[in-house]
Amino acid sequence: MDKKLLFVQGNEVCVEAALYAGLGFFAGYPITPSTEIAELLSMRLPQRGGKFIQMEDEIASMCAIIGASLTGLKSMTATSGPGFSLKQEAIGYAIMAEVPCVVVNVMRSGPSTGMPTKGSQGDVMQARWGTHGDHSIIALTASNHQDLFLITVEAFNLSETYRTPVILLLDEVIGHMREKLIMPQPGEIPLVQRLRTSVKEGTDYHPYLPREDGRLPMSDFGGVHRYNVTGLMHDMWGFPSDNPQVAYGLMRHLVDKIDQHAHVITRTKEFFLDDAETVLISYGSSARSALHVVENRRARGERLGLLELQTLWPFPAKVVRERCSRAKHVLVVEMNMGQILLEVKKTVDDPDKVFLANRIDGTFISPTDIRNVLRVIQSKGI
Amino acid sequence: MPVSVKEYLRERFMPHLWCPGCGHGIIMNNLVRAIASLGIKKNDIVMVTGIGCSSRISGYLDFHTLHTLHGRALAFATGVKLARPDLTLLVPMGDGDALAIGGNHFIHAARRNIDITAIIMNNNVYGMTGGQFSPLSGYGTLATTAPFGNIYEAFDIVALAKAAGASFVARTTAYHVSSMTEILEKAIKHKGFSVVEILTQCPTYFGRKNQRGDAVEMLNWYKDHTTPIGSGKKEKDATLIERGIFVDEQRPEYCEEYAKVIDRGTKKQEG
Repeated sequence: MDKKLLFVQGNEVCVEAALYAGLGFFAGYPITPSTEIAELLSMRLPQRGGKFIQMEDEIASMCAIIGASLTGLKSMTATSGPGFSLKQEAIGYAIMAEVPCVVVNVMRSGPSTGMPTKGSQGDVMQARWGTHGDHSIIALTASNHQDLFLITVEAFNLSETYRTPVILLLDEVIGHMREKLIMPQPGEIPLVQRLRTSVKEGTDYHPYLPREDGRLPMSDFGGVHRYNVTGLMHDMWGFPSDNPQVAYGLMRHLVDKIDQHAHVITRTKEFFLDDAETVLISYGSSARSALHVVENRRARGERLGLLELQTLWPFPAKVVRERCSRAKHVLVVEMNMGQILLEVKKTVDDPDKVFLANRIDGTFISPTDIRNVLRVIQSKGI
Repeated sequence: MPVSVKEYLRERFMPHLWCPGCGHGIIMNNLVRAIASLGIKKNDIVMVTGIGCSSRISGYLDFHTLHTLHGRALAFATGVKLARPDLTLLVPMGDGDALAIGGNHFIHAARRNIDITAIIMNNNVYGMTGGQFSPLSGYGTLATTAPFGNIYEAFDIVALAKAAGASFVARTTAYHVSSMTEILEKAIKHKGFSVVEILTQCPTYFGRKNQRGDAVEMLNWYKDHTTPIGSGKKEKDATLIERGIFVDEQRPEYCEEYAKVIDRGTKKQEG
């Protein structure tokens, strides 16, 4: 079969992949640098009978996709820094009410309005802890367009499997960069469809009673089962409860369903790690520069390797620990003040061997930036 | 038509959490009667609420019920409605929920003229949190956050809804139960964004703080201080609050308009 080749922006890849995954509903609000996602979907969705709505604000967009998802449609919103902040309360609602949805955050420089057109990876911790209260979350990222396609489809698959919002953390560089994409053929990437209950009409359906495998089959709003959905702590019928046992059970369920499946959820890519003395850890657009450095040094015979993270949350701690165990130095490459650095330091046996190569000035981190830090930690002086 | 209210209730959650004398139960009763008289199936109704005393109504009624975030009920409801335009969307809200934290969603839902029935249970106070002033408390009222008197004017919900583009706008009170049912029926049947403001007594907080007396006295206040639209009484006493249907117009509805967008989109793609 002929392969369809595209030369597109990352935001466009995200759109193509979301449609491939079966996106049926998108709500959004204009914000740089994610706006192209809304623009493209305002055209592409109605062309296939899907629904696009530009809401009055970021909060409303997040709420609208939760409502739409409950009726059975795969739903998504896209935003950037300030909008991601505004969505946090409703993201918590989707976690609590276990409503599958995908939230794209094309990260830009912050805090506050920051530098809207400049790249950054400053929302990594916000993706983890942005909404109030204890919870787990899934957050994914990618460093090139081919991977981004897969990871976007994966975001939808995981949101359906675990009935949870999934955060897709792109950054401005990936979002606006153009490169080649080979469009996957229909059927090439497996899709997870909504798991619906087999309980018949007139029989008691418990929307929040997990099956033995931990999954909760859903029933579409407007269908034959009438039930309650709430952001309050709730029982297996979805009705509010402040019973300590019910609250404990639900909290454990919400956290465990993700944390206990971290080994299946997490995705990483490894480059030259087997004998690496210096392990670079990076993700998103930063991983491109990190890979460039690693490949160049390898050509000169230096034992450098790269561990690229595609799952940021749950943090791939097991892989990081194993892959860093024999390294003399670990260098985390990211465009923030060291958010993943903290996780890596927490994870490895010897935190003193972990260093940071970063940029926080809105400039894309270059191989030179990384080489400069390498020179220092390898005691070669600047 | 005799109505079995019980058929629509989730009786296992009775007694409800509303205080003795609260007007919200009267509204719930009349809402059920309106739905029964329209003959809408329970499976075809989605009720979306926010946070507050009024918002607990969704827990007591046997529909598809979505109890959401403070102020955001209309935003969630918009997602449900656009995804499934065939469903009947009912959104009861409190005055603080609808018009303070949710004010932006309210005016935009009205402008969109999306086929949702918004019922504002206006008791002039934040009841759930214990009696703070709301955007409907009005100048000079007392509240736990206005111990020396509230210095805000109240919104006029009818004027606001009209200006924002709602195609059905009505006001009634917990005292006027028979016209309330009739108005709710018309509002639900109306194709487009319908707003029904229902003045409802909160004897526990608004009433007590403002010496409005008990529930019966507060209900009598609604009788004495309101008048049907266009009655002669209003000319003599401008302070009277008008009740009735202020706007009932047919205008393009959002989901129907979006269906045309889909038509144009699919044709363009084929062409």
